[in-house]
Amino acid sequence: MIKAGGAIALAAVAVLGLSACSSGDGADPTQEAAEFVVYSGRSEELVGPLIEQFETATGVQTEVRYGDTAELAAQLLEEGENSPADVFFAQDAGALQVVQDEGLTTALPTAVVDKVPAKFRSADDQWVGTSGRARVIVYNTELVPADEVPKTVFELTDPKWEGQVGIAPTNASFQAFVTAMRVTVGEERTKQWLEGLIANDVQTFENNLAILDAVNAGAIEVGLANHYYWYEKAAEIGAENLKVRNAAFEAGDPGNLVNVAGVAILPTGADNPGSEQFVEFLLSDEAQQYFADVTAEYPLVKGVAARDDLPPLSQIDGPDLTLDQLADLRGTQDLLLQVGLL
Amino acid sequence: MRARLTPLHIVAALAALVAVTPLVYLVVRTGSAGWETVWEILARPRTLQLSVASLGLATAVAGTCIAVGVPLAWLLTRTALPGGRLWLVVAALPLAVPSYVAAYTWLAAFPGIRGFFPAWMVLSLVSLPYVVLPVAAVLSQVDPAFDEVARTLGDGPLRSFRRTTAPLLWPAAAAGGLLTALYTLSDFGAVSLLRFDTFTRVIYTSYRAAFDRTSAAVLSLVLVALALVFVLLERAMRSRHQQWRVGAGAARRAQRIPLGPWRWPALAGVIALFGLAVAFPGVMLVRLMLQSQRFEADPGAWLAATGNTVQAAGIGAIVALALALPIGVLAARHSDRVTKSIESAAFISHALPGVVVGLSLVYLGLSIAPALYQTLAMLGFAYAVLFLSNAIGSIRSATAQVSRNLEDVARTLGDRPTTTWWRVTARLSAPGILAGALLVLVTAMKELPATLMLRPTGFETLATEMWTFTTVGSFSQAAPYAFGLVVLAAIPAFLLARLTGRRS
Repeated sequence: MIKAGGAIALAAVAVLGLSACSSGDGADPTQEAAEFVVYSGRSEELVGPLIEQFETATGVQTEVRYGDTAELAAQLLEEGENSPADVFFAQDAGALQVVQDEGLTTALPTAVVDKVPAKFRSADDQWVGTSGRARVIVYNTELVPADEVPKTVFELTDPKWEGQVGIAPTNASFQAFVTAMRVTVGEERTKQWLEGLIANDVQTFENNLAILDAVNAGAIEVGLANHYYWYEKAAEIGAENLKVRNAAFEAGDPGNLVNVAGVAILPTGADNPGSEQFVEFLLSDEAQQYFADVTAEYPLVKGVAARDDLPPLSQIDGPDLTLDQLADLRGTQDLLLQVGLL
Repeated sequence: MRARLTPLHIVAALAALVAVTPLVYLVVRTGSAGWETVWEILARPRTLQLSVASLGLATAVAGTCIAVGVPLAWLLTRTALPGGRLWLVVAALPLAVPSYVAAYTWLAAFPGIRGFFPAWMVLSLVSLPYVVLPVAAVLSQVDPAFDEVARTLGDGPLRSFRRTTAPLLWPAAAAGGLLTALYTLSDFGAVSLLRFDTFTRVIYTSYRAAFDRTSAAVLSLVLVALALVFVLLERAMRSRHQQWRVGAGAARRAQRIPLGPWRWPALAGVIALFGLAVAFPGVMLVRLMLQSQRFEADPGAWLAATGNTVQAAGIGAIVALALALPIGVLAARHSDRVTKSIESAAFISHALPGVVVGLSLVYLGLSIAPALYQTLAMLGFAYAVLFLSNAIGSIRSATAQVSRNLEDVARTLGDRPTTTWWRVTARLSAPGILAGALLVLVTAMKELPATLMLRPTGFETLATEMWTFTTVGSFSQAAPYAFGLVVLAAIPAFLLARLTGRRS
C-alpha cells in the first residue's frame, strides 16, 4: 500500500516534469508573444494551409485559435476589450454582426473591402465577406429522380415529402435563409411554411453534415444545406461513392440564398499592422483562388472564377436582397422559437 | 445542535468554493437581465418539457449503469472469471470514448436512429465505468470476515451478501450513479447527434444559434437545480448505510469465487458489453478510415497532441485531486449539515455543459487573473472544476472503508491528524484515491468545449484535433486521435487494475 501512495506522487512528478520539459516547444504563449492572433471559426483543416500562405507572403508570425464560430463569438463578447485576438475569421455573417453590434469591430479600409460587392459586406464596412456559400437542396439520387427534386422550398410542405425533409434550425445559414424568406414573402407566409414543415414531420439535425449523412444513407430523401459540404464529403469518400447530390431551386427562390464567411478587425487588433494585411490577403487573388479550388466556395472578388462544377454565382439567382435586409436575425429566432423549432 | 467545525471543514469549504466559481458568472449574467426576461425564459413551455426529458434520460442512464455495473464489478473482482484482472483494465476504457464519437459510429452503422432509446444506450455504454470502477475498488477491499461471520451465523450466501457486502457497495454504486446522471445532464455530443432534445442541447443552441448569453445562463441555473435533485437523491440513498469498519487490524483479501459452468455465459456477457462499448466504435472507426480517400497519417501532430493531452489532463487531475481530497475525507468522516452542503456544492459544476464552464472562466479569468488567461494553468483549473466530482465519490468511499480504530490508534501514539491521514488513511484508501484521479484524468482528456476556449493558442490536444476533422466530416482523419485517447486511457486503467487486485 505504501507503493500506492508512492505511485500517486510519482505520477504527479511525472506530469509536472513533462510540463516543464515541453514548455520549450513553443506552446507556451508567454515565451514568444505572438505578433498576430486570429480567432478562426473556420476549421484548421480548411484554412490552415491558407494561413501558412499568409505567413509566407507577409512574414507576419501568426497564431490561430480554432473554435466553433458561435462559441468564439460568445468568447469575444466575454473578453471584450481584453481580448488577446486581433481579428475574427468567422464562418458566417451572423456571428460577425453580433460582434459588431457589441461594438467590438473596427472600420475596415474602404479601398480594400471595395473589391467585394456591397451585398457581401456589412453596411458600414465593419466586416467583409471573404467567400460565398450557396444554400442548396440535397437529395438522394436513388430515392428521388432528378426531375422530381422540389423546384421551390414551398413544395417541401407537400405531403409527398412527409418525414423526408432534413433541416438544421440552429444553423446560422438556415436562419439567414429564413430571414430572407421573411423579407421576400412576408412574416405570415414564412410562419405558415415553418408550421407546414412541422406538420409534415420535418426532421431536425444539429448541422449540415448530419443532414448530408442522413440523405446519403437514405434515412431521409432531401434536406436543406450549404453547397460546399457535398465537396467535403466527396473529398472524404469519393464523389462516385456518394448517393447525395446538390441541386438549386428555381431562380429567385429564397432557398437559393448566398451566405458568406468573413472577417472583422477587433478593437484589440486595430493597431496591429498584421490585421489589415490579413484582410487584404484574404481578398487577394491568391486567397480567393484558394477558396475556389480547395474549399469549393464562391470567390467574392471580381476576376476569380468559381470551380467549373459549380453553377456560377450570377446564375444561382437568389432572392433579391442586400445584407442590411438580413440583419433581423433576432426576429427570425423569435419566430423559430414561437413555432417550436429552436 | 451545532456541529463542531474542524480545520478540515474550512479547507474543504474553500475547495468547494473554488468548484462553484462558474455559478458566480451565471448569477452575474442572469442578474444583468432583469426578472422579466428571466421569467419569460423560464415560462417557455419548452423549458418544462426539456427538464422532464433531461431528468428522464439522466435517471434512465444512471439506473442502467447501477443495475449493470454492480453485478459486473462483482464478476470482475470477486469471481474466477477467465481473463482475470485484464477485464478491470478493459472496464475503464469506455470512459475514453467521447460520447459524440460513440454516437457517430452507431449512426454510421444504423443511419436514421434517433431519440431517447439510442441516446440512452450510447450514454449508458460510455458511462458504465463511473459505476464499475468505484464499486470494484470497494469490492476488492471489503473484509471477507463480514461475510464469513454472517455465514457462520446461518445466513445463506445471498442473504449474507445482502446483509454484509451490499451495504458497503451502496455508497459507491450511488456515487457512481450520481456521476453518470450529472454527466448525462451535461452531455451535448451524443444527444445532438442522436437528436434527443435535452436541456444542455438547448443551452448550446442559445449560444450557437442566438448568441444569447442570458438565456444560456438562466437555463444553466435551472440545470444546476436539476443536478441538485440527483445530488440529494444520492445522499438519501447513501445515508441509510453504515460506512466504516470497526474491527481491529487490516482486512484480508477475499477468495475469488469459482463460477463453474457459469463462467462461460458470464464471460460472454462481459465480452458482449465491452464489445458494444469499446470494440464496436473502434471497428467502425477503422471502417471509416479504410473508406476514406484523404487519410494521411501525421505522426508529428499526433505525438504533439498526445503529449499535450497528458500534460493538460494531468495538471487537471492533480488540481482536482487537491480539491477533492479534503472534501472526500470530510464527507467520509462527518455527517453534519455543513459537510453535506460542502459536498453537494462540489458536485454541481459537473452537470454544467463544458461551454458554460469555459465561458465563465473566460469571464472570471480575465477579471481576476488575466496573466493566467489561456495558459495551461487555467486549462488545468477548468478541468478540475468540471471533473472534481469524479474524484470525490471514490475518495469518500475508500476513506469510509478505513477503520476509525486504526486512526485512533495512530492518534493515541501521538500522530497529528494530518500525519495520521498520511501514514494510515491515505495508504489504506490509496486505490480509491487513485481511482478518483484516474476518472478525472480520462474524462479531462476528452474534454472539448472548455479546452477550445482556454488552452494556450496553438496548443492542440487529441480532443481538439479530433474535433478539427469531425467538423469537416472527416472521421477517417479523426480516428488516429480517437485511438490515441483509448490507448492513453489504457495506461492509467492498467495501473488501477494492478492496485485494485493486489490487496493483501
